[in-house]
Amino acid sequence: MKRVRVLIKPKEGLLDPQGRAVEEMLRDNGFKVQHVKVGKLVEMEVEEGEDVKKLVEKFIINPLIEDYEIEEL
Amino acid sequence: MKFAVCVFPGSNCDYDTYYVIRDVLEKDVEFVFYDQKDLSRYDCAVLPGGFSFGDYLRPGALASKTPLAEAVYEFGQRGKLVIGICNGFQILTELHLLPGALLPNLNMRFVCKDVLLRVENGDTPITKELDRGDILRVPIAHHDGRYYVPEEELKEMEERGQILFRYVDQEGNPTEEANPNGSVSNIAGVMNREGNVFGMMPHPERASEDILGSHDGLMLWYSLISD
Repeated sequence: MKRVRVLIKPKEGLLDPQGRAVEEMLRDNGFKVQHVKVGKLVEMEVEEGEDVKKLVEKFIINPLIEDYEIEEL
Repeated sequence: MKFAVCVFPGSNCDYDTYYVIRDVLEKDVEFVFYDQKDLSRYDCAVLPGGFSFGDYLRPGALASKTPLAEAVYEFGQRGKLVIGICNGFQILTELHLLPGALLPNLNMRFVCKDVLLRVENGDTPITKELDRGDILRVPIAHHDGRYYVPEEELKEMEERGQILFRYVDQEGNPTEEANPNGSVSNIAGVMNREGNVFGMMPHPERASEDILGSHDGLMLWYSLISD
């Protein structure tokens, strides 16, 4: 088995109200930040040879509104 | 005409929908549960509102992978009538029976109130008792109702008459103030290209008797059952 981590974030160009609110909060607290995105994380253990990309694209994310990255841990 | 009300774990408008069909419309209706995959006895499948699977992952995401959802997909592909209300609409977009997606409301709040809807196409199975431009008062109750579809596709949908309803103000204008969730182009309901699958965030089943404050939603049900 191997451990993988799927990072999911709002698709580039889509308005992300959570990210916007967090960005405003950070700026209000004096931090110089921009382009804050709030997404989610899915971790799983999968058998070697399992098609993680297919699993993620078909069952975990919605490609119309989300971007993702797969990390092997 | 026989209706199926599709019940997923976490559906919570299933009984309201069933009640309107059975007691107000006086039509045959049965519940069909998420682990079933036979819709052959029905003419119309209704996916009611609620929080199927707790809205985990994304609203409608897990429900769209159930045996019943697969059956709904085939049912819709065969040209049968499919109606998704609120969470049902979210499920239909996740199933790819309807274009687009429903994102969290722009203000990140659950919004529960009456809205005004303008009928954008009066020539569909669910609006044929109405005319384009008619205004309906129907409640919404959702956290993730911000309809999104890429601009190019929106244009095509518009040209094909796939936009069913828009959120409007008292004068019937789709203003920013009248848009309760930030939906693109104030869209409250759409249909598929073929015109047999319908989705809307507002709840017509909650506006189907005067005692509920409005019976405007009834016209949608009447449209469905009229010849």
